[in-house]
Amino acid sequence: MLTKRIIPCFDVADGRVVKGVSFVELRDAGDPVELARKYDLAGADELVFLDITASSDGRASVYDMIRRTADQVFIPFTVGGGVRSAQDVRLMLEAGAEKVSVNTAALERPELIAEGAKAFGSQCIVVAIDAKRAADGRWGVYTHGGRRETGRDAVEWAREAVERGAGELLVTSMDTDGHQQGYDLKLLRAISDAVEVPVIASGGAGEPSHLYDALTDGGASAVLAASIFHFGTHDIGSLKAYLTGRGLPMRPVTPQ
Amino acid sequence: MADVVIVDYGAGNLRSVERAVVHAGIEPLVTSEASQIPGARALIVPGVGAAEDTMAHLRQGGLDGPILDYIASGKPFLGVCMGMQALFEVSEEGGRHECLGVLGGRIVRFPFGMTVPHMGWNTVHVDRPHPVLEGIEQDDYFYFVHSYHGAPADPSIVIGSTEYEGVTFPAIVGRDNVIATQFHPEKSGRSGLRLYANFLRLALEHGSIAPAATAAS
Repeated sequence: MLTKRIIPCFDVADGRVVKGVSFVELRDAGDPVELARKYDLAGADELVFLDITASSDGRASVYDMIRRTADQVFIPFTVGGGVRSAQDVRLMLEAGAEKVSVNTAALERPELIAEGAKAFGSQCIVVAIDAKRAADGRWGVYTHGGRRETGRDAVEWAREAVERGAGELLVTSMDTDGHQQGYDLKLLRAISDAVEVPVIASGGAGEPSHLYDALTDGGASAVLAASIFHFGTHDIGSLKAYLTGRGLPMRPVTPQ
Repeated sequence: MADVVIVDYGAGNLRSVERAVVHAGIEPLVTSEASQIPGARALIVPGVGAAEDTMAHLRQGGLDGPILDYIASGKPFLGVCMGMQALFEVSEEGGRHECLGVLGGRIVRFPFGMTVPHMGWNTVHVDRPHPVLEGIEQDDYFYFVHSYHGAPADPSIVIGSTEYEGVTFPAIVGRDNVIATQFHPEKSGRSGLRLYANFLRLALEHGSIAPAATAAS
């Protein structure tokens, strides 16, 4: 049976993991390769690296990071952040990423999704959607960390992205992100009902029950989280044991 | 001449396949040169993307003939994902596309209404033991990502199978010198690396991956 996926997410800048990884037993908490290996052994099903490098000079560092990670980590990982063109997608895939996530550039030029899907297959094109609840109970699409409104409806954009060739959607609620009070289940359900592709839930994980809710009520195929893993609040093995206990199919963590 | 050749037909991500072979202690040749295929002792055809593009690339690159000749020679062959699907006669992905025809049967889509791609870790039930699967547990987990799957004419080529939302499909197929997986062993952690290591060891030490050859050795 297909298992539900747990996906730790890392922010990287200039090829280094930044922002609050205080995971135990690491010689270098900023080294993406060491972190990726650690999470692989801990039972992560996939990994996501979000490149937040500010300077264009530093952007080449992400390719080197992907190559070094792919050399040593044999589970799938997705890389996103600053992807502007099909050529960016190509370089990331050739460096060893399994999937590439696109966000702002796809909103500005939706043809990018089809270009990537045609050249490399839908399976490697993830469209990331940052959504925020509007007064009318629907959700708007935002960019720039929730600061810039696009005027797009999140469910409609999800549908369009899949029609254009997205193989997976990474749905982040800007309302719940960072609060550790649970994912936005209504948003997740609205989008997972609207599309046939897998949906990754993001934004708001704080307790094991939040993951369960996203994977059941939310209709998500996978749950992404950062701080609950990076601060050691919950380890992946015990989260999987919890979710298995509640009847969800999970890939067990194998003893090393 | 390289012992282990990975066929590059322009489908992008071959690095993880290359690294999985390196992990087994062997330096492979990743090449789009058809002339490198006949001399190989182990041939790997990986792949992602669509059937139409894959077959077009193989034909344009003059790779289809040498791959078929290689398989006919009896030397060990491993196909991965699209490299498995290309072995069948016809793919229904995006129309109807003639494939290599090494294995009888078609490539068909999962029924509409299911979540596709089938993406993530799923169990593989071994229907028939095979030396390439040595050390891999029954119902072990492998990483899949695909929207189409094999429908073999001859069920005896199914070595392992997987169930997704009520549909059971071949996860591993093979006969004689050919083995091919729908999943990505290079993205499937230790179990996947084991599969690569087994395949390469059998190919390079015994010149054969067929069950009988192993029993005799």
